Amino acid sequence: MPRLRMKGVRKHFGATIALDGVDLSVQSGEVLALVGENGAGKSTLMKILSGALAPDDGVMWLDGRLYAPRDPLDARRRGVGMIYQELSLAKDLTVMENILLGMEPTTAGVLRWSEMKRRSAEAMAQLGRPDIDGTLPLRRLSLAERQLVEIGRAICIGCQVLVLDEPTSSLTQSDIRHLFELVRRLKADGLAIIYISHFLEEVREISDRFEVLRDGKSVGGGESAQTPASRIISLMVGRSVDQLYPRSPRKQGEPILEVKHLAGKSKPLDATLTLHRGEVVGVAGLVGAGRTELMRSIFGLDRITSGQVRIGAYVGPASPARRWAEKMGLVSEDRKSEGLAVELDIADNLTMTRLGWLVNPATQAAESRIWIRKLGIRCRSPKQMVRDLSGGNQQKIAVARLLHHDVDIFLLDEPTRGIDVGSKAQIYQLIDELACRGKAILMVSSYLPDLLGVCDRIAVMCKARLGRLLPVDQTNEHQIMLEATGAMEMG
Amino acid sequence: MTTSTTSSQTPPPRPAGDASASSAQQLSEFVGTMGPIVGLFLVFALFATLQPRTFLALDNLQIILLNTAVVGTAALGATVIIISGGIDLSVGSNIALCTVVIALCRSRNMPVIESALMGILASTGVGLLIGLLVTQLKLSSFIVTLGLWGAVRGFAKWLAGGAEIATAPSWISQLLQMLQPGQRWMIVPWGVWLLILLTLFVALVLRYTRFGRHVFAIGSNEQTARLCGIPVARTKILIFIFATVFAGIAGLLQFSYLNNLGDPTTANGYELNVIASVVIGGASLSGGKGSVFGSLVGALLMTVVANGCNKINLSNAVQDMVTGAIIVAAAAFDQFRQPQETVK
Repeated sequence: MPRLRMKGVRKHFGATIALDGVDLSVQSGEVLALVGENGAGKSTLMKILSGALAPDDGVMWLDGRLYAPRDPLDARRRGVGMIYQELSLAKDLTVMENILLGMEPTTAGVLRWSEMKRRSAEAMAQLGRPDIDGTLPLRRLSLAERQLVEIGRAICIGCQVLVLDEPTSSLTQSDIRHLFELVRRLKADGLAIIYISHFLEEVREISDRFEVLRDGKSVGGGESAQTPASRIISLMVGRSVDQLYPRSPRKQGEPILEVKHLAGKSKPLDATLTLHRGEVVGVAGLVGAGRTELMRSIFGLDRITSGQVRIGAYVGPASPARRWAEKMGLVSEDRKSEGLAVELDIADNLTMTRLGWLVNPATQAAESRIWIRKLGIRCRSPKQMVRDLSGGNQQKIAVARLLHHDVDIFLLDEPTRGIDVGSKAQIYQLIDELACRGKAILMVSSYLPDLLGVCDRIAVMCKARLGRLLPVDQTNEHQIMLEATGAMEMG
Repeated sequence: MTTSTTSSQTPPPRPAGDASASSAQQLSEFVGTMGPIVGLFLVFALFATLQPRTFLALDNLQIILLNTAVVGTAALGATVIIISGGIDLSVGSNIALCTVVIALCRSRNMPVIESALMGILASTGVGLLIGLLVTQLKLSSFIVTLGLWGAVRGFAKWLAGGAEIATAPSWISQLLQMLQPGQRWMIVPWGVWLLILLTLFVALVLRYTRFGRHVFAIGSNEQTARLCGIPVARTKILIFIFATVFAGIAGLLQFSYLNNLGDPTTANGYELNVIASVVIGGASLSGGKGSVFGSLVGALLMTVVANGCNKINLSNAVQDMVTGAIIVAAAAFDQFRQPQETVK
């Protein structure tokens, strides 16, 4: 008997059908990967599983008993734990307070501290990290450790079905290894685990089976290890992706951006590079190596302490306004808190850098429609709030802002983070086209195959210093990882 | 390959027409703009039913409008500040300062227009100060204006020498005076016309100028505004100067309402009425959202409640409680209309 079974789950929002009869089951001691493009219905399905939404139709069973959670709390009590990408923890409370939040053991309203200590220690021990002290305030923990605390909270309530939503998106390589060890351990303890991820390599490594959602339907699944990634991708997008990284013949033009020994407050320490028209330059490196800070210093968002940035003939104080005027644009790595004003509509977000003294809303909307059509942004109208769109469509708007401004230099910081394969392919297609039209692109990505597939030259950033730019055919993943982890110096 | 081929690889985008907007969202937006108006209508209808003879009298309707003018004008500026994610607690003190400055100028025989302009100038001086403190010292506008709430009133008292300043009659007092029998053609007093015009003006500024869109951008996400090259600090200073022009005009109207009197203790507690009007009108204190028409309706709603309660002989204590309940109800209504996103 499967631990969790969902059958014929349907859900619609207004005229949009989000889920159109999804079937799914997980055994205890099994890891099921749920994959699909953004907007395929994964989030909706998980919200239904966790009690945040009620399905229109369909049945769920937990251990053979009918399961219809009233709300997320009810779902948690029944043993369904959700770990979202954005953690829901209180930074100022201690580890154990976070673990037992909402179910603190009390006597007549007074906390039983010793029991809290014991129970959180048990949970952390089960997660293989008994060294994390329960009395530490959460803000002293790394992101990966905080994620553990969140999982610990689910374990503590007696969770039997654990859902991990994009758990590795902001983790470093070594943290990912630890997380995988943990997932295997929990699996051995008999938990049923649903693992949602865009990284197919991860999916194939960690999961036993996979299930693909497309347009709100289950379109197929199978044994993860035996299925090649290309097969999973074609299920996800409904076609085969043989050309995820298009690369037309490009012609390197004149230099357009020169960065010399650039240093900021703490990062970067030393960065030198030249970007030409008609090329895509990639910056590789580990999380925290200072790649984002490099982009921000170039763009005038972070203060420069020494070194210089030359655009055309201009070398001087930088501000984002100045940079936009010089036809340079930046796509932020953090869509929600910096890249887009998600509570404003598409038109405002798209045209924000290019408004005249007087603004005509009709023109704003008309201009936005052009980009909506060109980039295939799925939305109801230019007046729609950006918050309502899927990640991939939001990202297209962030990129469209640069296109609308008609910039020559594109600074793209993790341009495909957290978006679906289809949108990803479109954005890489676009980057290729831009390079062919003589634009210059400087791009940061943590995903090496992307960089190798898209860029003409790649430099590696390690400990806030930018290495030498190498043509992409003179380097490889292994080489880059060596340089990024600083192993080169030692060897 | 071109972008058009790329988009054909994913399911075709739905037509980007306004017509296909889901009816639920449209309804929600409609209710959002109409909510305060419906509230006003209901309250108005309630009092009209309970006390039709005195409440619906033409003179009483005029009084309601007169009593709305000062708070309503100040609320126009406050709306802009609140949309940008800030707040101004010093607006009541600023109104008092303005009446004192006008009175001082008048008592030194300065012409009426110049005196009025001096009053508004003093008020915008406070706005400039707020803007500089907020942007240069990186303080929250709540703290800065909490300080100025006391300091500006203190300054007004010091200027006035601790007493009211009565001045010679002038046409200013006609701004907010009941219409004389010969003036019926005006329908409402000058000051009310002024308020209507100013409301239109601010609405146009917010929708049709770059400054207005920047106000929304900063209130919605300051980081994005910075990324997009919007001069955030300069715009914030401008916002406070712009808003305090309306505090100044409100001060002028208050001077008129007080019949040519400069009073450093007047408009006490108005800042809360002003903020309440803006919130009832659908603005969000976290910024990015709000409308001047809403704020105007909010201000009107509060006057109608006060006036209506008077007419049905409810005590001042009850009025205060009713007003308080309406503020909370308006905010709750807005929350209910736009349920917060779940965890994700």
